[in-house]
Amino acid sequence: MNAVHDMGGLPSEQPIDRSEHHLMEWERRTGALVDVLREKRVINTDELRRGIEAIPPDEYRRLGYYERWSTSLEILLVEKGLLTKQEIDGRAATVGARWA
Amino acid sequence: MNIGWNRPAIRRDPGLTMGSDHDHPGDHHHPGTEEDITLSQPARRLLAMEELLVEKGVIGADDVRRVMDVIAARSPVDGARVVARAWMDPAFKLRLLEDPRAALAEVGYPPVSGSKLAVVENTERVHHLVVCSLCSCYPTSLLGPPPDWYKSFAYRSRAVVDPRGVMREFGLEFGEGVEVRVVDSAADLRYMVLPLRPEGTEGMAEEELVALVTRDSLVGVGVPNQPAVNP
Repeated sequence: MNAVHDMGGLPSEQPIDRSEHHLMEWERRTGALVDVLREKRVINTDELRRGIEAIPPDEYRRLGYYERWSTSLEILLVEKGLLTKQEIDGRAATVGARWA
Repeated sequence: MNIGWNRPAIRRDPGLTMGSDHDHPGDHHHPGTEEDITLSQPARRLLAMEELLVEKGVIGADDVRRVMDVIAARSPVDGARVVARAWMDPAFKLRLLEDPRAALAEVGYPPVSGSKLAVVENTERVHHLVVCSLCSCYPTSLLGPPPDWYKSFAYRSRAVVDPRGVMREFGLEFGEGVEVRVVDSAADLRYMVLPLRPEGTEGMAEEELVALVTRDSLVGVGVPNQPAVNP
């Protein structure tokens, strides 16, 4: 069976939704952060892709595009020992509190 | 450290969505609804990671903002300029098809980062449609970020098996005399379409030609605009 990301030819009757949305600030930040980390050779494109493809199928389908990038980036940064899950948990709560 | 991220002052712009699909499998968006104005967990975690990376000195405090500006400056107009040049100059066109990287450098574009770029030419007999069925690979350094539908599950799954049906939804239909070729991008090889020059554009200036080239025509779900007919 194909992995979830391998979508070519999957049965689909779904029409193409041609509407486009303006990227939110955090989405643009995600794209830029990934580029910065690539520039600095902290991660590369193939690693990012491997992280995205490692997301369990249900979650892969549920998450938005840049949410998948964020999820992959976290996998990579924790793997490389640059950040810990606990650190990210703590700071994400602070970010959430600032947003609320 | 606060990287300058706070809840935006304007939050109910109906054109603004989070791009988050929580309750809508199949990457479907509902612009401007209540759920769109919450910051999702992956979004919070992303902003948290950025702050922590700055604090640890892995990235500089201004790096992300600087790259955001670079990304914001990219648009399909760059691709349109390359196409107009190729229409005007047959020798340039040959070089563009044979060695896109060198041809782009010739007209002053920075090298396409990382992966290889291929340019595929549409003719009276052959039409190309670009997809990335595995993810969303797209020549962003030349065309800007890909449109939402390019990243959608429906486009990724259907383009390779029913390209004519997909193009029909974009209002594009070809007779059986035109062969449709689907090119599936990957992280190492990205495609741009060199669309067929519209009839009635002979003698037009390069700048006028640039204005006819749409983003969708560079992906193959559209064709360039027809020139306005003089009365």
